[in-house]
Amino acid sequence: MTAGADLRLLREEYDNLSACIRCGLCLSVCPTYQVSFKEEEGPRGRIAMLKALVEGHLGLTPDLVEHELNCLVCEACTAICPAGFRMEPAQVAFRAALPDGVPRAVRFGLEYFLGDLGRLRRLVRLMALGQRAGLAALAAQLDLFGLRRLGRFLPDLPASFIVPRGQVWRPAAGPVRYRVALLTGCVMSTVFAEVTRATVRVLTANGCEVVAAAGQGCCGALHLHSGLLGSARRLIENNVRAFDPDGFDAIVVNSAGCGTALKTYDHFVPGSRAAAIARKTRDITEFLDEIGLVPPPGEVPVVATYQEPCHLAHAQRITAAPRRLLRAIPGLRLVELAESALCCGSAGIYNLTRPAFADALMARKVRQVLATGAQVVVTANPGCYLQLLAGLRAAAGDGRPAVEVRFLVELLDRAYQGAARPVLTEAGR
Amino acid sequence: MNREGLIAALAAIVGDDGVHYRPSELVAYSVDGTFQQALPDLVVSPTSTGQVAAVVRVAAEAGIPIVPRGAGTSLAGGTIPVGGGLVVNLARMNRILEIDRANGVAVVEAGVVTAELQRAVEGEGLFYPPDPASLNQSTIGGNVATNAGGPRCLKYGVTRDYVLGLTVVLADGRVLRLGGKLIKNKTGYPLAQLFVGSEGTLGIITEVVLKLLPRPRHRATALAVFPRLDDAARAVNAILGAGILPVALELMDNLTINVVEDYLRAGLPREAEALLILEQDGNHPGAVRADVEQMAAICGELGASAVQVAADEAGRERLWQARRAVSPALGRRGRNKLGEDIVVPRAAIPEMVRRIRQIGREYGFEIPVFGHAGDGNLHPNIIFDLRRPGELERVERAAAAIFRAALELGGTLTGEHGIGTLKREFLTEALGPDAVEVMRRLKGALDPKGLFNPHKMFPEADGAEGFLRRLPLLGTAEAPG
Repeated sequence: MTAGADLRLLREEYDNLSACIRCGLCLSVCPTYQVSFKEEEGPRGRIAMLKALVEGHLGLTPDLVEHELNCLVCEACTAICPAGFRMEPAQVAFRAALPDGVPRAVRFGLEYFLGDLGRLRRLVRLMALGQRAGLAALAAQLDLFGLRRLGRFLPDLPASFIVPRGQVWRPAAGPVRYRVALLTGCVMSTVFAEVTRATVRVLTANGCEVVAAAGQGCCGALHLHSGLLGSARRLIENNVRAFDPDGFDAIVVNSAGCGTALKTYDHFVPGSRAAAIARKTRDITEFLDEIGLVPPPGEVPVVATYQEPCHLAHAQRITAAPRRLLRAIPGLRLVELAESALCCGSAGIYNLTRPAFADALMARKVRQVLATGAQVVVTANPGCYLQLLAGLRAAAGDGRPAVEVRFLVELLDRAYQGAARPVLTEAGR
Repeated sequence: MNREGLIAALAAIVGDDGVHYRPSELVAYSVDGTFQQALPDLVVSPTSTGQVAAVVRVAAEAGIPIVPRGAGTSLAGGTIPVGGGLVVNLARMNRILEIDRANGVAVVEAGVVTAELQRAVEGEGLFYPPDPASLNQSTIGGNVATNAGGPRCLKYGVTRDYVLGLTVVLADGRVLRLGGKLIKNKTGYPLAQLFVGSEGTLGIITEVVLKLLPRPRHRATALAVFPRLDDAARAVNAILGAGILPVALELMDNLTINVVEDYLRAGLPREAEALLILEQDGNHPGAVRADVEQMAAICGELGASAVQVAADEAGRERLWQARRAVSPALGRRGRNKLGEDIVVPRAAIPEMVRRIRQIGREYGFEIPVFGHAGDGNLHPNIIFDLRRPGELERVERAAAAIFRAALELGGTLTGEHGIGTLKREFLTEALGPDAVEVMRRLKGALDPKGLFNPHKMFPEADGAEGFLRRLPLLGTAEAPG
């Protein structure tokens, strides 16, 4: 079974795997363990399996592959591990060893559409047309790519995208406090173009000059987690060329998963430039909290709860800043979400490739969100946003989410724009 | 019955999803909190006492050993399926069946995680005190099977003191319901207590009736730095002699302080021979505070170079930070560690720590010592590296020397971890042959075929020589198929 698999990278993880002291603390935070109570679906079991694979005691059997691919790479175990084990590099190395770890359609999607954002924009435009023509037509259209599930996750698509060509946005008034580069990304510049526009407005309201560096593309995070190291490296190298770390005070990212990837660019591409990019990368919430948020003038009178993106809370260890920002919004009342740091099941494209665990986690998350009584559930990552939207739509039954889903930066944007715009859509009230 | 037949019989009881038999799955259940590894033949995850009983009947008929398992956090090897067998994973039996406020008890399934029970009862103004370091992941069933303790046990007692009733599946598949929601019960032998600390060798605990206390409303904490270990020990005795029974009196020795400081960089006093963390709780803030201040004053009088008292919950967390960092600091210190769990009469603590230090020097190991100074339960941790040739033999000698020193000082092998595989060869030295013989007779009466958790607790060799090298070690397990 092991024939055809290249375990070289995994062998390099042997010291990392051996760091595990088998205390089992990770079981208390592992989403797949918490819904299965199976050791083979928990970090300690996955580490034991990978170690046995490297030691030659286990082959690359279908059961092993299944249990390893069930890992969300949410990094909750890494964050809590007393011994310093890190799951993400172990999973990336394992997945890179699989000849066919990703379904072919997914691999095609990642490499064809995210490898060239022009193609992605054409696809999303097509989807937007389909969306206006009715969801049934859309579902049929999507099935061409073997991704029928995707339809459940689509939000309302924007009419226009952001194409990074070196645009510069300046503060309307006052001096420029910081000059920042914005990662416009793949879905964040297309599906979530409005969120990225809101990000630009919030940054300029905070005295930042914002540059959409030309030539930048997808960050490569999804490719890394799928073990597509070659395509990931090409994307990373492209972004290392596009961002000049010396030209900016920070590289700001409004998607937690992408921010995590940028912060580890130096692990995948050698050289001081990649390391400087990694050092200068800031999540938007981290950055605003660090520079001291300009108090927003407008009220956003909602009850909100916060779902922590795994790649913010666990991978980047950012938990206090988003809450401080939310509390700084006049009128907003923040209620805590039980299990807010437990993965919602999105995990990049996991909800497309591993539906059983993804759906179980989504259902659990929806129950917790509804239990808060909040009108808005706030997050800071596109995967979490789409998963919450799909779950809350299903919970409402009529296609409209039972609770409004928003990026944190959208609420900040509202607060800077004053009370002129309605806060909630009809359904969220 | 062949393997396929067994899988089918088990699946008929627990469903397909509850039988784990593929190669990688067996590896997942082959480890615990020690450095051992052995593959089970099969793993089964029942969800009710009835299912456990049916599983036991099938295994008994097939003559397969049964290894009960909660969260697999054993520090003595109690859940390692030495020689194979059927692992019964109780993690899915995790329902809190009842929190009975009127009677002050909780009824839980064995797989309930200790911290989750604590949160649930605290929400009702109640309190379940036993607090093993693994409480976020370990289960009540495992806590009962090892009679787990923790820092708070100085004042509140160990798991045993909270077990009012048990449901146990016996080796022939019968279900025994013992005790109940009764604080006092002297009807017959205390059979429920027989299973507390039995480490899975007598039966499978599936449900537990636990005594709860009212939740204390206030707590306060102090930290004292002692340049001399003897002074810290004198302070502990003086505090307990002054009529104060604190929640916790936690000790860290000089090497532990340095290991933690290397990890935490929090400015701990590297020169100090001991740190003491002192905590009190109660319903009246004034009384709690007075106890802590009196303890702090005693420490000051008896040679503490610095004493801090936490004024609020945040300050309290800061004082506990060093103690909580012991586990991660040790985890990062070396490749492997053997965490021992000896107990000595508390007046013998300084002598015991000195002997451990001497043993460390003699065998060339770092052996930081920390633990529960109020009850004499110490955790010397031998830090080693299995990859070094001859290492395990030296670890054996060092560990044996520690056990023997504890016994010489009137102590014993384990306070809260259990015997498992790691200490079984020292049982006779600790208890004497007659006590071990009585234990064997009890075991034989309840489990005549010896199916429950074999190779645990009872000595198997003529002497202690080679007691670790004979165990199945991590990284050597060969998977079938």
